[in-house]
Amino acid sequence: MKTDIILCGVGGQGILSIATIIGEAAMNENLYIKQAEVHGMSQRGGDVQSNLRISSEPINSDLIALGGADVIISMEPMEALRYLPYLNKEGWIITSSAPFVNIPNYPELDTIMADLNKMPNVIIVDIEQLAKDNGVNRSANVILLGAAQKALGIEYDKLEDAIRRVFGRKGDAVVEANIKALALGRAAQK
Amino acid sequence: MKKLLLGDEAIAQGALDAGLSGVYAYPGTPSTEITEYIQASPLAKERGVHSRWSTNEKTAMEAALGMSFMGKRALVCMKHVGMNVCADPFVNSGMTGVNGGVVVLAADDPSMHSSQDEQDSRFYGKFALIPTFEPSSQQEAYDMMAAAFDYSEQQKLPVLMRVTTRMAHSRAVVEVKNEARKQNDMNYNAVAANWVLLPANARKRNDIVTAQQATLEENAANSAYNKYIEGKDKKMGIIASGIAFNYVNECFPAGCPFPVLKISQYPLPKKLVRRMCDECDSVMVVEEGQPFIEEMLRGVMPGNAEIKGRLTGELPRTGELTPDIVKKALGMETGQNFSSCEDVAPRPPALCQGCGHRDVYTALNEVLKEYENPRVFGDIGCYTLGFLPPYRAIHSCVDMGASITMAKGAADAGQWPAVAVIGDSTFTHSGMTGLLDAVNENANITVIISDNLTTAMTGGQDSAGTNKFEAICRGLGVAEEHLHVVTPLPKNMPEITRIIREEINYKGTSVIIPRRECIQTLQRHLKEQKKAQEKK
Repeated sequence: MKTDIILCGVGGQGILSIATIIGEAAMNENLYIKQAEVHGMSQRGGDVQSNLRISSEPINSDLIALGGADVIISMEPMEALRYLPYLNKEGWIITSSAPFVNIPNYPELDTIMADLNKMPNVIIVDIEQLAKDNGVNRSANVILLGAAQKALGIEYDKLEDAIRRVFGRKGDAVVEANIKALALGRAAQK
Repeated sequence: MKKLLLGDEAIAQGALDAGLSGVYAYPGTPSTEITEYIQASPLAKERGVHSRWSTNEKTAMEAALGMSFMGKRALVCMKHVGMNVCADPFVNSGMTGVNGGVVVLAADDPSMHSSQDEQDSRFYGKFALIPTFEPSSQQEAYDMMAAAFDYSEQQKLPVLMRVTTRMAHSRAVVEVKNEARKQNDMNYNAVAANWVLLPANARKRNDIVTAQQATLEENAANSAYNKYIEGKDKKMGIIASGIAFNYVNECFPAGCPFPVLKISQYPLPKKLVRRMCDECDSVMVVEEGQPFIEEMLRGVMPGNAEIKGRLTGELPRTGELTPDIVKKALGMETGQNFSSCEDVAPRPPALCQGCGHRDVYTALNEVLKEYENPRVFGDIGCYTLGFLPPYRAIHSCVDMGASITMAKGAADAGQWPAVAVIGDSTFTHSGMTGLLDAVNENANITVIISDNLTTAMTGGQDSAGTNKFEAICRGLGVAEEHLHVVTPLPKNMPEITRIIREEINYKGTSVIIPRRECIQTLQRHLKEQKKAQEKK
């Protein structure tokens, strides 16, 4: 088993918490993991990405090659498109539909959506609204993770278990909210 | 025991498990997380491992030498440009040698993700005659810390450990020891004749350390971290150092057909290099950073093999390596399927909404509009982003502390207004001495110390001068009537602009300290307070 994942968004959107849950699930399965993160000045409201690789075989490179990513998980629709050259032919894009506009030349949202819908395998979820409607405001990113479950090739139960372990210290309410968010994401899968 | 660790965290855990007694560091991307990990470590707490931030890399290196002098193991961490700040004690530590083990960790930043240059710290190791380690994986980084401390004590020399951004900031599963080595006891074995670098003493040490280089090279040739991996196809041999080794392997999932020489310990083992050059028609040198090995090779080789690498264009002359760059150099096709999307706009980093630096630049720009040719000398920190729109407020940013000294030099040349903008942590790191120069000549400059009570850019570490800035400025001789503290908020704009204008018009050195906590650390502190109250 081998899945190469690009997690992306805008600095501060919390892409690393998604990575933590996937990493926890993978580690529990005794898989190899490499996860390259971005720290420092680039985090200040700029585009950020993390290369997450999980595999049953040892992994060499910390970085994913062009055309190598199986999944792009993005907290922001334009950011999902930034990494297209890295996506493989059958790769999936799982993205939030909510634009994060902090630049004056942000393109028309319709253009972005049209570009996304041109892609063979794409799931666009309004995670903010879905989170709000279901009272799990702080777990919007976990909805995105749920929507990516099949593309990741990780069994749903394993992700649920990982959430219990990652959020266990924060109490039952937080765990339950995140599990609910994960289920909402699963339902949004095609 | 298995742990999922950042490269930086693996280094920190490796140092703790090797019996570390103190880490000395100044925050700098991509090295910061090493010290933070030790600060948060229960083992470090239990053992009383020193981990408080130092004022700069030079004070860090010197304190580590002091700890080594007393027989204990010390780690110094910094980003590559920090090596320039501590170059004096670092190079001279090759002359003094060590008592307790010393590892100097330099985290290089090829492609300059968060830096002003791309310098390769391996040159410092060679220059200072200090053995250098360059791990290729997080596991190796962990294992190497123990090896480096042992080697340092065995050879009585510091060891330079060089990593790059992708190693420092990438996570992997690392097998760690269940028990940490005992810390060294204090001892009085350090010999004054080694440590007092009077010319007569230093000359002796210079001979000894120079003679030691042959042993260090022999050890590197036999090191378990340097490997000659056989390959059937001798048309090409590949020399790959540090994480470049992974990119090479990534290109050959079924195993590399060419001989590969993995380099992770220096001085460069010429014996292994010669073997490769004898066996192969050409040699491709793949290294992260500058062409350090490649340049040496061109001097080492008798000339029967063709050398390829960054100097011949197969690999780009500058910038970080990627699997795709290495693939291309090896003559393989990239796997790209989709082209870049033309509708995607660049999203550069920016100062946070609500950040005090924003108000400082707004005020400064408003005042400077009134002058013909104002020049603003910037410095290293979040506020360097003041160069970008909408502010376009600074004209230079060179190195830690250069704002004040460059403003002074410009004023010496006749420039007015000459304004320096420097952050609180950068000021105590390297700005204080420059301010003393300015005060001593009453240079016609206006210094703005934008104090957000933290080292913000690297993630909010403690700042050495917090609550001391007025006292420091007074102590350096800044006149009381030209020393001001303001709160950078939009409602205070009239007051701030008035003070800036008055001090620019004053012919002499003045200091204005806009002080308001960093919005990021403020949010963190408010959250912690809320949590503490909930507990009550």
